[in-house]
Amino acid sequence: MRRIKPVIKVIPVIRSATINLSEKTIDKTIKASSFLEEVANFILFILRTFKETFSRKFEFREFFRQCFQIGYKSLPLISITGAIMGLVLTIQSRPILVTFGAVTLLPSMVAISLIREIGPVITALICAGKIGSGIGAELGSMKVTEQIDAMEVSSTNPMRFLVVTRVLATTLMLPLLVLYADAWGILGSWIAINIKGDVSFVLFSSQAFGYLKFIDFLPAVVKTFFFGAVIGLVGSYKGYTAGRGTESVGIAANSAVVLASLLVIIVDMIAVQITDMLI
Amino acid sequence: MTEVKNTEAIIEIGNLRKSFGNLEVLKDVSLKLFNGENLVVLGKSGSGKSVLIKCIVRLLSPNEGTIKVLGKDVKKLDRNDLAEIRQKIGFLFQSGALYDSMDVKQNLEFPLIRIRKKLTQKQRNEKIEEVLENVGLLDAINKMPSELSGGMRKRISLARTLIIDPMIMLYDEPTTGLDPVTSDEISLLINDVKKKYKTSSLIITHDIECARATADRLIMLHDGAVYKEGKIDEFEKSTDTLIKSFFK
Repeated sequence: MRRIKPVIKVIPVIRSATINLSEKTIDKTIKASSFLEEVANFILFILRTFKETFSRKFEFREFFRQCFQIGYKSLPLISITGAIMGLVLTIQSRPILVTFGAVTLLPSMVAISLIREIGPVITALICAGKIGSGIGAELGSMKVTEQIDAMEVSSTNPMRFLVVTRVLATTLMLPLLVLYADAWGILGSWIAINIKGDVSFVLFSSQAFGYLKFIDFLPAVVKTFFFGAVIGLVGSYKGYTAGRGTESVGIAANSAVVLASLLVIIVDMIAVQITDMLI
Repeated sequence: MTEVKNTEAIIEIGNLRKSFGNLEVLKDVSLKLFNGENLVVLGKSGSGKSVLIKCIVRLLSPNEGTIKVLGKDVKKLDRNDLAEIRQKIGFLFQSGALYDSMDVKQNLEFPLIRIRKKLTQKQRNEKIEEVLENVGLLDAINKMPSELSGGMRKRISLARTLIIDPMIMLYDEPTTGLDPVTSDEISLLINDVKKKYKTSSLIITHDIECARATADRLIMLHDGAVYKEGKIDEFEKSTDTLIKSFFK
């Protein structure tokens, strides 16, 4: 009896553990399959956008309106961010370079860092927040208030009108915004240097661009087209596939920012690897 | 313009079924909308009325059954033919569905540019003024949707559907969320539209006053199936508990 008793006690524990395990397994399987479904839907959405981009009826008017909204209206934010990037980078790097007696390299170091990496990534992350969430919320609210359905029944292809125009506008505007941010960053750096010294802008520019080569510039610009496409696609996808309730608008905007930021970092990592292999 | 006799069914729905996952929303719905009539589809919220109307323009695809609009099976149409059929249908959405980023004029111009491509800018402007006058909101031409009241939004939305001279009007809960006075005005407007534009209309509603004011014929949906079909008098005199609960 003494030997049997513990076994009897253990049986319910094992049974409940088995049930718990199977429930957890089912939960995980459901989560995994819905994740894969989401990935598949996103890929299909990209393919459909790509197909609609090359259709004959292109919505030029809406495309230019989106370029204005995405590009021009982001300029104040990008100017401030760019200038602060350059300013902070210079102030933080100066003491180390002073220690090694290489303070004259400060302008070129800041310029190379800004143009190759910091400018594109920080600008893309800010745009993921501003533009990605904007597109997600706008399309999500259009879905909730049946505006996308209304477009569809009035013989307008909403993918072509809403998605293609936004994705192309972000793809083309982001490189311009990055270059604009880089320019402000270099100006910010010059201001930072002049806080503790007296360097003319001509001398600063010649030092900043002295070590900069075309090969530093090209991959950095090329990858920003991909950053732009990612932000446009993710924002549009999250908004276009939002649920029916008003809560879905917030979810669409939020998840657009999170996913776009993550994908920007991943694309950057891939771009850096490719550049490293090629150069 | 497709010629249709008065006795011909403009919309013919047969044994329609639609489900979302395990939830069966429409169970074997059949109905006909005849030329020049106002057919009201009445039912409680969740009875599948809006799903039915969205299946007609293929915003939703049914699981089973046939939907013929002007003799063409909507389920089997390719994208171009579907666009052609949709150009003959005006759809008034429950929320109005005005484009928030465009003012009233741009909202009305939107379908006109895409469907009536041959019109000049002058003709477009004239058409916009004409429909706005018909819904009594000519002075709202430069306003943004956010500046309009619920009733005004519905009227502008109606103007946007009328601008393409539709043969068929589909109204999805046209009086929902409106006060009784504005609801009556919208009901009168639905009747005016029928007279002026010679449309055949399918009106989805749970507002009994709207049904009384607009219906030539009524169909009641209950639990996704047709519960009763007939004239308004037959419904008013019915002793059925469910029908009486609507008409008390």
